Amino acid sequence: MAIVEEPLALPSGQPDKAEKPLGALSRPSELTGLKDWLTTVDHKKIGIMYGAAAMFFLVIGGVAALLIRLQLATPDNTLLSGDAYNRVYTMHGTVMVFLVVMPIGAAFANFLMPLQVGARDVAFPRINAFSFWIFFLGGLMLNTSWFIGGGADGGWFNYAPNNGIAFSPSTGIDFWNIGLLIVGIGSLTGSINLITTVLNMRAPGMTLMKMPVFTWMTLVTQFLLLFAIPVLTVAQVLLAADRLFDANFFNVDMGADPLLWQHLFWIFGHPEVYLMILPAFGIVSEVIPTFARKPIFGYPFMVFSGIAIGFMGWGVWAHHMFVSGIGPLSVTAFSVATMFIAVPTGVKILNWMATLWGGRLILNTAMLFSIGLVTQFTIGGLSGVSHALAPSDTQQTDTYYIVAHFHYVLFGGALFGFMAGFYFWWPKAFGYKLSEAWGKWNFWLMVIGFNLTFGPMHILGLQGMPRRMQTYSEAQGFGFWNLVATWGAFILAVGTVLVLVNALVSYLAWKREGKPDVGADPWDGRTIEWSIKSPAPGHNFDVDPVVSSLDDFWHRKYQPDESGKLRRVHTGEELAQPGDPTGVHLPAPSYWPIVLAASMPIIGYGLIFSLWLMIPGILLMTLALWGWALEPADDLDADHGDHHDDDHGPDTDSSGAEAELETVS
Amino acid sequence: MTTLEAPAEHAGDAAADHDDHDHGHHSSLGLSNMKLAMWLFLGSECLLFGALISSYLLSKARFITEVVAGNPTVINSLLADGMPQEIVDEFIAEASVEPFWDIPFTSASSFILLMSSLTMVLAHKAVHEGDYRNSRIWLAATALLGSTFIAGQVYEFTAFYREGLTYDGSLFGSAFYTLTGFHGVHVTGGIIMLLSLLVLSFRGKLRQDRAETVELVGLYWHFVDIVWVLIFTIVYLIP
Repeated sequence: MAIVEEPLALPSGQPDKAEKPLGALSRPSELTGLKDWLTTVDHKKIGIMYGAAAMFFLVIGGVAALLIRLQLATPDNTLLSGDAYNRVYTMHGTVMVFLVVMPIGAAFANFLMPLQVGARDVAFPRINAFSFWIFFLGGLMLNTSWFIGGGADGGWFNYAPNNGIAFSPSTGIDFWNIGLLIVGIGSLTGSINLITTVLNMRAPGMTLMKMPVFTWMTLVTQFLLLFAIPVLTVAQVLLAADRLFDANFFNVDMGADPLLWQHLFWIFGHPEVYLMILPAFGIVSEVIPTFARKPIFGYPFMVFSGIAIGFMGWGVWAHHMFVSGIGPLSVTAFSVATMFIAVPTGVKILNWMATLWGGRLILNTAMLFSIGLVTQFTIGGLSGVSHALAPSDTQQTDTYYIVAHFHYVLFGGALFGFMAGFYFWWPKAFGYKLSEAWGKWNFWLMVIGFNLTFGPMHILGLQGMPRRMQTYSEAQGFGFWNLVATWGAFILAVGTVLVLVNALVSYLAWKREGKPDVGADPWDGRTIEWSIKSPAPGHNFDVDPVVSSLDDFWHRKYQPDESGKLRRVHTGEELAQPGDPTGVHLPAPSYWPIVLAASMPIIGYGLIFSLWLMIPGILLMTLALWGWALEPADDLDADHGDHHDDDHGPDTDSSGAEAELETVS
Repeated sequence: MTTLEAPAEHAGDAAADHDDHDHGHHSSLGLSNMKLAMWLFLGSECLLFGALISSYLLSKARFITEVVAGNPTVINSLLADGMPQEIVDEFIAEASVEPFWDIPFTSASSFILLMSSLTMVLAHKAVHEGDYRNSRIWLAATALLGSTFIAGQVYEFTAFYREGLTYDGSLFGSAFYTLTGFHGVHVTGGIIMLLSLLVLSFRGKLRQDRAETVELVGLYWHFVDIVWVLIFTIVYLIP
């Protein structure tokens, strides 16, 4: 049942005759160029926009990182003042965490997950567009603090009471606070949307234990977001109340306990680090089996270790606070919990290695980055376990050893995984492969630069170099390794930019050759997103795929012969769907998501500068909500098919929820 | 293996329902997307209120500790906002903020809010059965009861403010107004949803087949009520 036999309502389809409830912003009727991107509700385009926006913010965060490294390159350097240095490292951390790593995870989740579960789109396409726009506009608002707010200067964790007016009188922290609140709204709506999609819109036959590992990790990630974001929201609301309305939540003079901030922040913050890394784990769990030519080793262990990380991630937050005086009992409990959480992570490492073992490895760029993740993340994981030991952690807290640790897990882990994902799914998104030659340069420069940058920080940290210090003296002896790290950072920057260069160079080469079809299944893939054309057509699947096993597409290509030996019975191209959109019905584009999202930063500026400015923001928000509510999600003119003549009579059973739009229009 | 033909009738789909704002995809869980999303949202809200309630409890405890210890900054701030010396003395004597509450009044408004859950259920039942006249009555009654609760909260806030409990004058004031205010905003949001349903109903757009929309608003409304039961117990009743 479901999506069959209806007139085509593709964005590129016939012009629709939508009613115009609010004049100019009624349903967009012609869709070309910019207007298409602004109003699209297609999960693939939204995923690509997430990726592009994250790359934009990556440049900002990267420039900040290079400024930090330049400042620290030599002793007693005066390139950045203390104030400027505070802002630069704060914005580096904030931008990289909230506006780069999380959105790239969202980019993959949005683009891939519906394809992997065999859905036409996510559950709520307009809310999906809203999630993206509010993230992007909130992120832009946060970054305007560089110009008009004085820059946030409290670190990405923004500890109280240092984040109060008394210690940070500029509006920089207000931008941090309100900007991230706005971005958080997008994370929340996005998580609800994606969880609903995974749980409720799987292709027939795709039981939970037949879902690809990436989809599983997306599910776990989004559950973490769903429950972690509100805790951060509360912390930020309390801080906003303190800073903007003179409340006393973190006012020590009035008896407040500033540790409340640390608890709230890390109850959010530790699930946060797992929700940054799990999408990358999911990506390499797809890449490694494909290029090792073997099924993933221990699929159930892979899934359950991901779920275990998701649960245990909630019980380890205070290991960020071992030196804040939380008492020996708490320290012991969180210390033990932190050691335990290394177990499911270790299971994953073991399973990837066991998948590689005995495989016929194809060492292309995607595979190299995946192996890069496994090795670099293992180093970061091991230094992480050394933080679980409270006595050792007490020595390392607030030193460069910590900086080394989390860059090994977040850059060497998450970002390497994302790079693998870019190389692997690029043809599915854009229709051409990235160049392997440039890819190898990309990989090796990144690995070398990465280890030169962050490897020495272990030594610096153990020598006692503190984090967040603007400079150091010659006599402290930190000069050599800092200089190495700075050189490494520039190599790393060049290496990272190469992925963008590669995208451009490969595109131009592809265009010169007349844009040949890369084929539905360029890697001999395993999951069903490879059974549709590349780039993925707007409607995804011509017909709902029916899934009968894990790695369903691969099992359709390879089947055992009489002797039990696996033989290829079909090529991917033979099985691929032709990409014929006849009879497919898609949700229609809309202006309202971007309009609604645009109202939020206006309200945010109003909170910071003048409450009067909130009035236009609230008016715009009301208008947008009204327009959104009046505009049906589906295009009614294209929606008068007869697609439910199969099983839905007048439905009056106890569920009583047979609700079709036609009946009310 | 030729699995690429159109899918056969999928077991469980006959029971699955379409959600009303979405293109009709089959539903893997037999639950509409909208309902699943509402449950997820409410799950997220649990953490929001959990964190707010924890912050309130911590702040109140710290406030009492400081007042009992005679911290002059804290006490002078209360007095400067016009809090009578007797109330401050009672705080110190009882080591509790209990002297501040008007339990009978808040109990009455809590009862009113809880009764609105009953009318909400009746409204859903009426729409479900196609009894549109009664559905409007019950929707309006729910909105009215909710508004009465909010009016009570506004009255209570005003009274407390006049007694010297200001938002910026003490840790306790900040925490109390933030927690109960957050809940009040949630109730207000619910009232707006109820009024929207009422408008839909008068325009003939809230028919039997859209009973799920009422059910979803009901889920939210009951959640907000349950949170109030927690807040009422934790803030007002437990000394």
